[in-house]
Amino acid sequence: MSDDASGSATAERGLQAAPAAVANFDEPDAGFVRRLQGFLHQFPTSIPFIVLLLGVIVFTIAAPGKFLSPLNLSVVIQQVTIISLLGIAQTLVILTAGIDLSVGAIMILCTVVMGRTAVVYGVPVMVAFPLGLLVGTACGIINGLIVTRLKLPPFIVTLGTWSIFGALNVWYSQSETIRQQDMEASAPFLQLTGTLIKPFQTLQSWGLQLDFLRGWVFTWGSILMIAVAVVVWYVLSKTAFGRHVFAVGDDPDSARLAGISTSRTLVAVYGLAGLICAVAAWAFIGRIGGVSPQAGQTANLDSITAVVIGGTSLFGGRGSIIGTVIGALIVGVFRNGLALSGLELLWQDFAVGVLIIVAVTIDQWIRKISA
Amino acid sequence: MGFSFLKTALAGAVILGSMAATAVMAQDVTVGLITKTETNPFFVKMREGAEAKAKELGVKLIACAGKFDGDNDGQVACIENQISAGSKGFAIVPSDSKAIVPTIAKARAAGLKVIVLDTPLDPMDAADATFATDNRKAGNLIGSWAAKTMGDKAKDASIVLLDLATNQPTVDYLRDQGFMAGFGIDVKDPNKYGDEDDKRICDHEISQGDQEKGRTAMENALTKCPNVNLVYTINEPAAAGAWEALKAVGKDDGSVMIVSVDGGCPGVKNVQAGVIGATSQQYPLKMASMALDAIVSGKIPDIDPKMGFLDTGAQLVTAKPADGVPSISVDEGLKLCWG
Repeated sequence: MSDDASGSATAERGLQAAPAAVANFDEPDAGFVRRLQGFLHQFPTSIPFIVLLLGVIVFTIAAPGKFLSPLNLSVVIQQVTIISLLGIAQTLVILTAGIDLSVGAIMILCTVVMGRTAVVYGVPVMVAFPLGLLVGTACGIINGLIVTRLKLPPFIVTLGTWSIFGALNVWYSQSETIRQQDMEASAPFLQLTGTLIKPFQTLQSWGLQLDFLRGWVFTWGSILMIAVAVVVWYVLSKTAFGRHVFAVGDDPDSARLAGISTSRTLVAVYGLAGLICAVAAWAFIGRIGGVSPQAGQTANLDSITAVVIGGTSLFGGRGSIIGTVIGALIVGVFRNGLALSGLELLWQDFAVGVLIIVAVTIDQWIRKISA
Repeated sequence: MGFSFLKTALAGAVILGSMAATAVMAQDVTVGLITKTETNPFFVKMREGAEAKAKELGVKLIACAGKFDGDNDGQVACIENQISAGSKGFAIVPSDSKAIVPTIAKARAAGLKVIVLDTPLDPMDAADATFATDNRKAGNLIGSWAAKTMGDKAKDASIVLLDLATNQPTVDYLRDQGFMAGFGIDVKDPNKYGDEDDKRICDHEISQGDQEKGRTAMENALTKCPNVNLVYTINEPAAAGAWEALKAVGKDDGSVMIVSVDGGCPGVKNVQAGVIGATSQQYPLKMASMALDAIVSGKIPDIDPKMGFLDTGAQLVTAKPADGVPSISVDEGLKLCWG
């Protein structure tokens, strides 16, 4: 417990210490705090990045010899892959000032559609897999259509569809687990995301000895997550559609007046989020080796946690994909680090709760600059 | 807008209406089954067992469940529905074995027979009867099997325990402590884990009985206990998750033994595949059908007062029987498995 208390205290101290270095770049004239606020407004990802760094430092000290090893850090990356993917989907929706409570349910439904169709019903995996992607996208589009056509708050819509997708999962899966061995026998493609990559050994076999890579183990799922992050980042920052997403989230009325079709943008956002959930489903199958219809119960809220800690504003229009990935990493680092320090799970939950509140407080504070 | 809203509302009403219509096929006697959730295969099979039995007895079954494990309010609503439906009685797997007691008292006062399944109430005599797996015995079986199978190596074992939840629900500590006692560990307080000082216990982690969280828990445990050679798991999904973590670091070579409890079909197949060394199998269908028999006939079977509940049995399923530990074969386990 004392570890935890000092952990968050250190985190806060660090937040205050961070800007000092930043302010040094300019002449230290009036409004030090104001400057910090401005800097954070401009680079919102800097806070999660600092928190992540602090977390790594704290747990390197708290769990000596255990936390800071290539293998353990590799494991943390593997552990956050799924929540990062769901977080990316969630970020898209939250940027439009919406929220999607159904992301976890869509993901599990897609694991069941992919796995059960291929393994139990014997459909070729090259049909079952795209079918899963299609179902995910369709779920997202349904969310988007209800939000835009019936003009209902996304919170309520996705609360409803969370329940509906969950029920469809039970119906289609019959609550039956698909074992890793059965999956391996009939649809090994779905497990591809769990395949390990050992960069040191791979490069060594090509005659390249890179010692800093020794001990690192990645999965194709993590690479996939990074690829999705890059693509979505590109779409958001470099395309007209991306601008529309920010505009709709920032001020839907101005966006409409500027000639943006807000409904079409929203439906596309929810649909894309659904597709990413289906990609997360693939990563999920890789991680557990098979399909477990009861798994992933906390994934919805975990994804929102990653987004919020990553600095994306719940009020829409401001945030970033990289922030979300870092947000997921922060949660992963804290959970893993606290576990390695020998703390019970309840203190992990406690710490994550503190992180959420701190993150939202900082967001509110930064928002004041535009007020 | 208004029109499309009306259409949606109408469509919704039609769907719900037709669902209700299929549910209300009146038969004279109704009985209930209330489970913790409706998604866990253990409860799904329990419901299937109850449905088959209800059909055989010619009574109508109303099944109901909480929304999540631990959802007491949801189960209170389920019981209230049973009372208003005029059920003869119901079987319930309580999510909160203390908090549900007053509502059960209300139902019994209204003349309903109440049989508790799987998780005894606290106090146990708050129900008409309890049919359950002896979870301590189930844990004990896998503990003694592991000790016998490891032989001399048992005294240098490095053990990781993947438990259920931090608040240590009854089933959690019963299985955990049963396993420890069976393995030959001094459990100190038999109703609580974590207070032992045996050096062989390397780590406790929480798996929430979830396959993905089981993997995460095992990954964290591996960093703390690189030499682990025995893993206890609260259930078979957690065991399957632990196996994935072990496989990722090349420890799927037989150097680590996993034991579990449940006896679901995927779990028994994992025993067959050598993923799980041994598992204690329990019998949810039997629990449910016995309960329905007792409610409909009004005859409660004799219960050993020392136990306080009717043990529906737990059998060890393993491909490698150990001397002095009764077990059944994988083939027998597959015949009796659920889920």
